[in-house]
Order: sequence, then structure tokens, then C-alpha cells
Amino acid sequence: MTQLFPRDRAWHPQALDPNYKTSVTRSPRQPLLSLEGTTSELSGPTFGHGDIDPLDNDLLRNFATTGDPVGERILLHGRVLDENARPVPNTLVEIWQANAGGRYRHKKDTYLAAIDPNFGGCGRTLTDDLGYYQFRTVKPGAYPWRNWVSSWRPAHIHVSVFGTSFAQRLITQLYFEGDPLIAKCPIINTIPNPRAIDQLVAALDINASVPFDCLAYKFDIVLRGQRSTYFENRPEGN
Amino acid sequence: MVQKLDYLKETPSQTAGPYVHIGLAPGDAGFDIYRHELGRDIAGPDASGTKITVRGMVRDGTGAPVKDVLIETWQADANGVYPDQGSVDPGFRGWGRVIPDFDTGEWAFDTIKPGAAKDQTGAVMAPHINLWLVARGINLGLNTRLYFHDEMAANASDPVLNLIEQPVRRQTLIAEQVEGGYRFDIQLQGPSETVFFDV
Ligand SMILES: [Fe+2]
Repeated sequence: MTQLFPRDRAWHPQALDPNYKTSVTRSPRQPLLSLEGTTSELSGPTFGHGDIDPLDNDLLRNFATTGDPVGERILLHGRVLDENARPVPNTLVEIWQANAGGRYRHKKDTYLAAIDPNFGGCGRTLTDDLGYYQFRTVKPGAYPWRNWVSSWRPAHIHVSVFGTSFAQRLITQLYFEGDPLIAKCPIINTIPNPRAIDQLVAALDINASVPFDCLAYKFDIVLRGQRSTYFENRPEGN
Repeated sequence: MVQKLDYLKETPSQTAGPYVHIGLAPGDAGFDIYRHELGRDIAGPDASGTKITVRGMVRDGTGAPVKDVLIETWQADANGVYPDQGSVDPGFRGWGRVIPDFDTGEWAFDTIKPGAAKDQTGAVMAPHINLWLVARGINLGLNTRLYFHDEMAANASDPVLNLIEQPVRRQTLIAEQVEGGYRFDIQLQGPSETVFFDV
């Protein structure tokens, strides 16, 4: 079992950011206790093809009953890598999103935009041997939320990834190249470093687009790297 | 100038938001889409060990319940073995997803009580369940651990609990025994703020 690179918490969003108001009462005030990874954090759940179905990664089809969902059809693809640039194979990637009008299929979402009867808004897949994943979906719409009187989330897809250790667990959001709302979003701006924000913006990928069918966006995901065990006091192998 | 280190940077986290259930527990969002949802059965039907129910609530700095939290749990089996580290009982996943009642914020999950796992140095850790919390307003998932009140001797020598400088704060990680199992309340802030780890 191999230790992970320490998490660079200056690269991540800050827990407390008054401009993202909900973070004020939900961010711990005590410092986090730094812990060298034990078996509990360095192990992690595994998933297999028996857990999911082939259509689970096709949001155009996995909930549709009377036809395709409304909206701009997109192919979302990329790789899951670690900080050593090694692919992370066979790991679970789950996504969820609003429909093309910016409305979520959730009993707590009351935004006035219409529910799309043919769109559920979630998908999941396992990366292949080289860490590749892909989804087919529609581009989500922007939607308003209560922060300032008129705060609008840029179009985004929520992404959840596992890796091999519980301490690699990550949830993030993917944004779309060229969206003017990105710069104004208080949730995105909890990330202090503009280069880190760039890492969350999926690139328009014309080469991967399917002519007369769908545009493509590429989004690579990087999980924490594993430290080499050379010269450790207690060699345990990789 | 120096040579360049060619590591990649970890993808920055973002909040899971209030609608995390759509992706990770769509049945709770209000619709059926997957043949089976993941994380709904931690131990499986045939696991050995003591069956337990853990209940609790996550509260914010004002004391209000965090009703949109999603908690993931990760634990060893009754013999202290994690599923990817050795052989465990058939059907034992060790991993689960816990969603509160949206009206009250109260949650519960069923599992078996984990055994004592060894840490990476071979030292025995007291039985515990690892928890990872995400929610609206939480920008990077929070890691903590749940220990058991009826394991006082093991807790007293647990290498992780003993890293907590103030003994009073260790108590925030100890689930109390209640009828039918255990209770574990989590405070995101305040005088009895739960200890969270940078793992
Ligand atoms: Fe969202």
C-alpha cells in the first residue's frame, strides 16, 4: 500500500469564503488534523461491470421514453489520471447535471424552467484500461441560485471520481470553454488560483465531434498521485 | 532556472451542491433510473459480525441540521479486513452512501461492526468507520472517523485518536451506544466541532 502525495490545499477551494455564503456556517473553524495515510485511507471501494449497465453513460438514452431530450447534444470524454500522469483504469466516474433549460430532476428544485420528460440527468461509467471514459448528454443550461439577488451558475456538470484509495475521493464540477458566467461565479471563485480554475474548464474538441450529431468536449480528471516506495523504511511493494 | 517537475496537479474540488442525490442516489432525488443504486448495502446479507444501526445528524455552525448532506462510509469487515486488501465475506462491500431525511436531517445506516484493522506500520487501530461528507457549502469533502463507545480500551490506544491533542476533542469521534445501535452526531462548527482530517 502506497502513500499519496499530500493534498495541495492552496490549489483547492478554500473551505470558508464569505462570497459563497453557505460556506460560512458549513466550514470547520478548527484546523484539520493531518494524518499520514493508514490502511483505512489508502484502501478504497472497487466497482465492476456487474455494478452498472452499458446504457448508464448515455444520458441521451438512459431516461428517454418518447424521444431524445431537448438541447445541444454533446459527447463528453477524457481520461482519469493521477499526479504522476499514470492512467487510473477501471474506476467509477459518475456525473449529474441540469437539463438544457437549467432545471434539475430533483424534488427540491423548483426553478420555473421545464422538466424534460426524456432527460434524467445522471450517468455513470468505469474508465477503461487506459483511464478513458465517455458520456453522451446535452449541454446543461445556466440556472439562478440564492446567493446574491441575481446569481447564476455557469453551465456545469457535476463529476464524482473514486480512484483506488478512499483518500483520493473527489467531487468537482466541469465548466464549458468560453462561458462568460465562469468569471462571475462565487462557487468557482472559492478557488484562489486562476490556473486551478482553468483545470475545470472542458475544452471544445472539434476533432472528437460527430458530424451532424454532436459536439465534443474533453475533460481530463487528475487524482492524487501515489508516492514511490523506494527507500522507505518499511518496504511494502507497490 | 531549474529543471521542471512534471507532476500534474490534482483536479480542484467543487461543492457537491444541493442536488448531489441526482447523480449518486437518484431514488432520493425522486426518480428511478439505474438497475441498482450503489452504496445501499454496506455489509451484504451474509457478513459475519454484529449487525448494527448507526443514526445521527450533521449540524452547521448555527446548530441547524444539514439536510442536503451525503455521507460515504468505508469500513473493514468483522475481522478488520478491508475488501480490497484481503478476503472478506461474500457480498461485503464495506462502502455505503447515507442520505438524511430531507425534512429532519436525521440519517441512519445498517452495517456490521468492523473489527480492528492494522495501520500501515502494523499497529492495531480501534474499530472505526471512515466517513466522507459532501454538501452544499462544503467546498472540499470532509474526512472523519466514527469510533465506538463500547471499545474504550481499544480507543485509548488508537494511534489516530491519540494524535488529537485535546482529549476532549477525541470524544467528538466516539459514537454513543443507544437502543438498537449507536448515535453519531457531527458538528461542522462550534464548541464541539467534530475533528476532521487532512488525510
Ligand atoms: Fe449544479
